Amino acid sequence: MRSTVIFTSIAVGIIGAVVSDGFMSGMTDQRVNSAIANEVSDIQVHNPSFLLNGEIQYQIPHAGHTMRKIESIPQVKGVSLRMRIQAMAASANAGAGITLYGVNPAAERKVSDLYKHIIQGKYLSSKDKIPAILGQKLAHKLNLDLGDKLIVTVTDSTGTITSGAFQITGIYKTANDRFDEANVFVRKKDLSALIGYPVKSGDEIAIRLKANRQTPVVMKKLQHIFQKEINSKQIVIQSWDQIQPLLKSMIAMMNYFSYIFLVIILAALAFAIINTMLMAVMERTREIGMLMALGMNKRKIFSLIMLETIFLSVVGAVLGLIISIFIINHYATYGFELSSVARGLNYIGYSSRIFFRVNTNFYITSIILVVVVAVMSSISPALKALKLQPATAIRDIQ
Amino acid sequence: MSIIEATGIYKTYQETKVPVNALNGVDLKIEEGEFTAIVGPSGSGKTTLLNILGGLDLPTKGDILIENTNLKTLGSRQLIDFRLHNIGFVFQAYNLIPVLTAKENTEFIMELQKIPKKERSKKAMELLEAVGIADKADHKPGQLSGGQQQRVAVARALASKPRFIIADEPTANLDSRSTNELLEIMAEMNRKYHSTFIFATHDQRVMDKAHRIVTIDDGKIIGDETFEGR
Repeated sequence: MRSTVIFTSIAVGIIGAVVSDGFMSGMTDQRVNSAIANEVSDIQVHNPSFLLNGEIQYQIPHAGHTMRKIESIPQVKGVSLRMRIQAMAASANAGAGITLYGVNPAAERKVSDLYKHIIQGKYLSSKDKIPAILGQKLAHKLNLDLGDKLIVTVTDSTGTITSGAFQITGIYKTANDRFDEANVFVRKKDLSALIGYPVKSGDEIAIRLKANRQTPVVMKKLQHIFQKEINSKQIVIQSWDQIQPLLKSMIAMMNYFSYIFLVIILAALAFAIINTMLMAVMERTREIGMLMALGMNKRKIFSLIMLETIFLSVVGAVLGLIISIFIINHYATYGFELSSVARGLNYIGYSSRIFFRVNTNFYITSIILVVVVAVMSSISPALKALKLQPATAIRDIQ
Repeated sequence: MSIIEATGIYKTYQETKVPVNALNGVDLKIEEGEFTAIVGPSGSGKTTLLNILGGLDLPTKGDILIENTNLKTLGSRQLIDFRLHNIGFVFQAYNLIPVLTAKENTEFIMELQKIPKKERSKKAMELLEAVGIADKADHKPGQLSGGQQQRVAVARALASKPRFIIADEPTANLDSRSTNELLEIMAEMNRKYHSTFIFATHDQRVMDKAHRIVTIDDGKIIGDETFEGR
């Protein structure tokens, strides 16, 4: 019974630590992947002044030439030159400040997964007449539906306020309500016609890589290729974590939380082990006293208690590991549904279905720390056993 | 020849505010091959004396010499080692290791003495044979009766080839038949191997078998009789 309590505590400790890490890593992954796939892509190129002022007049010089150079990098999956402009969107009922993107639909499909999130209608195409897609949240806010007209008001190349009407051909929904509420996508040729900038111009190049982990390598290559342009402040190249530093902080914070949880679990585990092993020593006063009386030396008695704890820790750790791997694999495949709090999660940019992930390093660290804590926790009970006097121990039970 | 020589033994317990004087100047010599019973009422100091003779406790005052080794001069580790090689114990509650078989319990002390496996296995079977339960060698304590467990305890006590065996109320938990069988076995060991036995007991049947009866009361020896021919 006592042994069961110890190895079950250890197994539960490991399961708790690993599953909480899996959940938090899954949330982080989901948010980062969603941000890269739908919002920022892996890398973006801008005119430095555009980043300061957000005005479309600060365009990327020689955008076509720059894009071709970027496309020649083997790790690059897609490149899209965008026009990004702040605008006012209005319907018959309401208005809202938005970011309006003019994109080339074919190129944009290679850098953004937004086309996969269309829940009504369809993605931008060359066949439709002045199409626009917008987020479900914005559609609700403006009380708009498919086929309705969306009126946007922008400042054109001459500085004049101008308005244009787009027809809603698609409504998207990502995991991030705030993104859905603030971003409208139209064809670049339609937007350029409205604001008077050449269709081949743009103020943002979005770059999507074949694998997100290649970002640092590609960043280095880009900085090398465009060293002159960067030094002369014609362009600035930013990776996703520079564009959204909050995401990077969030990853660091989640990792930190995982280890805080682990420490809390380990502290609870240490008390459980100390308590259980002290009980074990007290229950075994007779046995320990007898072993001392018969001639077992203190070192062996100390080792006996330590070895028992180590054995139980290892059994508990292996059991915990097996169950953890099973749980993590299950939720990594099918996801963990949090539909009851979906609205809150969507508002802060998270999907309600979390796919767990745990690094091998975390498994190893958890097991090592749990076993170390178990062994350290058994030192005190083992020392208590050594203080028993055989005559007293035997007298107490007779 | 005396194998135990206790001189001026005092033992005072300070566990409460009022000190308890368990032994008040005991002088006792035990000769090799004796079959001695220490008797006296409850609280008279029998167990305390036995613990001191067995090196489980040290006197507050006085000397305890076992074959010229003064136990008071030994450190904690040396005392444990001394007990391992020189003293056998039989406890009232048997105190066998529950997860080990009768044979393994008997081998246990020899294992502590680092006797090779083959030799200790052979010796354990001989001792179990001698105490009459060789057929229960593979039984664990839970599968044995009280009398059988105490026989295993005697075999275990003899396994270390001790200079003497301390038995504190060994028959207290046994029925008459088991008591008689156990006493017969111990008497046989005493005759056959010349093993020295020292009992603390209330049991008249043990006293009837003893060659010497030392009576203790209020921590002092008040009687010491030897019975020839038993």
